[in-house]
Amino acid sequence: MQELITRAKELLENGTVARVLGWKIGDLPYNPEPAFFETAESLDKFVYNGFCGANLSKYMIEASKLEGKTLVCLKPCDTYSFNQLLTEHRVDRDKAYIIGVGCKGKLDVEKIKKTGIKGIVSISGAEADSACDTLEIDTLYGKKSCAYGDAMLERCHVCKGKEHKIYDELIGESRDTADKERFAEVEMIEAMSPEEKFAFFQKELSKCIRCNACRNVCPACSCRKCVFDSNKFDSAQKANVDSFEEKMFHIIRAFHVAGRCTDCGECSRVCPQGIPLHLFNRKFIKDIDELYGDYTAGAEAGSLAPLTDFKMDDAEPSIVNERG
Amino acid sequence: MLKIAKKDLASLFALIKESGELYLPVKVAEQTNFAAYEDGAEFDLDTLKSVKSPKDVFFPQSETLYTCKNEGKTIKITPEELVDQPFVVFGMKACDVGGIEVLDRVFLSDPVDSFYAARRAHGTIVALACHEPEESCFCKVFGIDAAEPVADVATWMIGDELYWKALTEKGEALTEKVSSLLTDADEQVVENEKTAIRAIIEKLPYSDLSLEGWNGDAVAEKFDSKLWNELYKPCLACGTCTFVCPTCQCYDIKDYNTGSSVQRYRCWDSCMYSDFTMMAHGNNRTSQMQRFRQRFMHKLVYFPANNDGTYSCVGCGRCVDKCPASLNIVKVIKAFGEKGE
Repeated sequence: MQELITRAKELLENGTVARVLGWKIGDLPYNPEPAFFETAESLDKFVYNGFCGANLSKYMIEASKLEGKTLVCLKPCDTYSFNQLLTEHRVDRDKAYIIGVGCKGKLDVEKIKKTGIKGIVSISGAEADSACDTLEIDTLYGKKSCAYGDAMLERCHVCKGKEHKIYDELIGESRDTADKERFAEVEMIEAMSPEEKFAFFQKELSKCIRCNACRNVCPACSCRKCVFDSNKFDSAQKANVDSFEEKMFHIIRAFHVAGRCTDCGECSRVCPQGIPLHLFNRKFIKDIDELYGDYTAGAEAGSLAPLTDFKMDDAEPSIVNERG
Repeated sequence: MLKIAKKDLASLFALIKESGELYLPVKVAEQTNFAAYEDGAEFDLDTLKSVKSPKDVFFPQSETLYTCKNEGKTIKITPEELVDQPFVVFGMKACDVGGIEVLDRVFLSDPVDSFYAARRAHGTIVALACHEPEESCFCKVFGIDAAEPVADVATWMIGDELYWKALTEKGEALTEKVSSLLTDADEQVVENEKTAIRAIIEKLPYSDLSLEGWNGDAVAEKFDSKLWNELYKPCLACGTCTFVCPTCQCYDIKDYNTGSSVQRYRCWDSCMYSDFTMMAHGNNRTSQMQRFRQRFMHKLVYFPANNDGTYSCVGCGRCVDKCPASLNIVKVIKAFGEKGE
């Protein structure tokens, strides 16, 4: 982390960048926040550790409108989002100085708490340069520990890889964290009967409180005005009028980001009700792979996505009849 | 002081349910929220905080106010019926009860909100002391005692037993109804539990948070602070903080076209949303900084200005737990404190 701070100070001081977009140390052991730093002194509060899960790519939409370059710290998975935003002309490459930061898997304090750990006072082992496989946690109710892997975000268990897809320079080591089959959950749902599928999603989506956190954090949801925010639209953004509407919001969103979603996992990370929203998007990714050949949104900037491209041997709409 | 064995709680809930609806923390798909108790539901009294506060028992996220329907050449307007049956909410924490006191100031003051008032009149609150407070809790800062909730009935979960003490007439009436399941208990056990809870609260990281400078007189000074321009930046403009909050009370009124009628309903609004307080002339808050500022100014300055110094935050810490960008009211208060503003 020190190397990152030193480099950021250098780039700020020599005028290469006007600001640094990273994470600021939190007031609890697990709540650093995304932050802009404009002076070398302010970087004393910079932090990069296991709890810096937030994908900073989307903040670059606003940062691209500012004077001068913004140094942005991107983890390998965040670079897919940045590429996708570049493809969609939502960020300006010339306004970004990308430091690809190493990642050994990001942590989810909710997962730690689900193991029964409460009253957290301090956590060690989450530091970016720590090679620990176990988190040692001091709590008001005694010392506890938790395996690093057990505290990781779902997305890290199906990590797309250690490679940064776009960067100006790299700092820090990454670790292979993938230990689960990416489409296993989707296959499990595909194997369900229609009634079971409906019951599964009904149960999950009935928890939705329409806070819109999934949409607002999503780098693929970058419309300047969302249709659900329009007061001219019968469907309010603030409450689910009925159980149909709570599903409609999520299904429309999933369709809208189909082919553009990089599977960054932010939707599931931020959902206050723990709804596995990534499942919708991953189902579409799997279908697109099956119907049009393997494609990864954001793997390269400017790539032609299957759903916005046309080839003579593309799947015909009648494929629906065969697939059911 | 009375008590009941934890293993008999299902019988207690069944008995309460005989005379009306019972709301309590229920676990659905791994998350605990207050809901009407149905047979076979998994009630969860171990999770300290429900994701959403229990405020929607009294102030639902969405409720129909009246329905309009064309009948020949006239329009028939049917007001929604008010709650007229008694119900019980079990397991609210001291902070949650504090949240209801804040809502009372809004909805029970003139003009009285009849929908809210009907629910308050018919609801009996059984509060549960916080056995093991967590690091994001800061109710002490607002003068709330998590060890001794003030409601119709106060309860304590100690070991394998739930201790029960009626505090009001409504509470006495409920106790009477379930008296066959309650036995006499030793007051001292509860006193020891209170002492233990208070000892933990002293050690919580936010318990010494200072509210100095936050009051109804600080409008101009706080409003014009340059700090807001920095603080709002990570905010995603989602409504999580407002929708999990036990005191956020802003709502919007909208029409829903059912195809054959129009339902006029109200739903929680969020100052984080772009059309918050939208008026015919447009919106008086045009930037996210202004909307972000509104949330904290309302809780810590405007509300006390209009309510004898009472803050509209009770320190439940749900926003601390749930903000996707790790922002929260504590960080805002601390940021002002550090700058001496």
